[in-house]
Amino acid sequence: MMGRNGILLLIAAAIVVLPLIVKGNAEFSGSDGQAQGVIDEAGYQPWFEPLWEPPSGEIESLLFSLQAALGAGLLGYYVGLRRGRSEVLGEKRDRQQGEVHAGD
Amino acid sequence: MHIMEGYLPPIHALAWTVAAAPFVVAGVRRIGRIVEDHPETKLLLATSGAFAFVLSALKIPSVTGSCSHPTGVGLGAVLFGPNVMAVLGSIVLLFQALLLAHGGITTLGANAFSMAIVGPWVAWSVWRMTSGFGRSVGVFLAAALGNLATYCVTSVQLALAFPDPATGFGGALVKFLSIFAVTQVPLAIVEGILTVVVVNLLAQYSRDELSALAFLRGAK
Repeated sequence: MMGRNGILLLIAAAIVVLPLIVKGNAEFSGSDGQAQGVIDEAGYQPWFEPLWEPPSGEIESLLFSLQAALGAGLLGYYVGLRRGRSEVLGEKRDRQQGEVHAGD
Repeated sequence: MHIMEGYLPPIHALAWTVAAAPFVVAGVRRIGRIVEDHPETKLLLATSGAFAFVLSALKIPSVTGSCSHPTGVGLGAVLFGPNVMAVLGSIVLLFQALLLAHGGITTLGANAFSMAIVGPWVAWSVWRMTSGFGRSVGVFLAAALGNLATYCVTSVQLALAFPDPATGFGGALVKFLSIFAVTQVPLAIVEGILTVVVVNLLAQYSRDELSALAFLRGAK
């Protein structure tokens, strides 16, 4: 199972890295921002401003990292908890089976 | 798929918010029922939200030379049904609108409609329709197509709000799809793969919860 997931993760990583190699000179700007640019070019004036904006790119990346870290933290906690639990249950089952056989 | 703050005319912003609201209300009720009937799945529910939290924070490069991000809503949709993700996805969007100036309060309804409603509904429908194909294929297609659907809806929303002066809605739709759709294809594949990996782990370690949700009854 681990092998299969490992291969899947490698494929995912390859798909992410590939564009950086084959499109080395590209800007890699965000598609959300590009759509915004198209609308700006048409002369549209947004009628509402964000209530608060991260003051710099560093603060923005801090908050994006925080978002990913919170999510990944909970995800890892959950899988670890369940894995540990199923191992304990598995050991208990083995031991009980062992005792049954010992009494034969 | 984030339409930025103030980038939808007020009437559009209002209309999408009104369209999204019933799904979020239904989702809140559904979550209440899940927590009551299957309290053991509460942590898995939170984990489905966490998955959307991680994936929608990751800006990933694409073969078009642009970056975009997955949505992560397919996992919760196939496990808990689509309306649950209307709530969890909206929470993710609200976090990004308030703390990251990514998306917005005025465009929250439209963004929720694409990412938290249409994406999960497409994912869930695909999951239902692929029951003959085996679990991994079904999960992969559900998550990947849900992701693509989200970006198609964003393109439609923007084309409706900003029709091309010469070619109208159709021309604008092609323009916005050309920004989003091709860029999104490899990301949709990545999202599909990552969702399959998580479901593999769940199938191995969380069988109790999955059977409580009748998840294993469907595609095997």
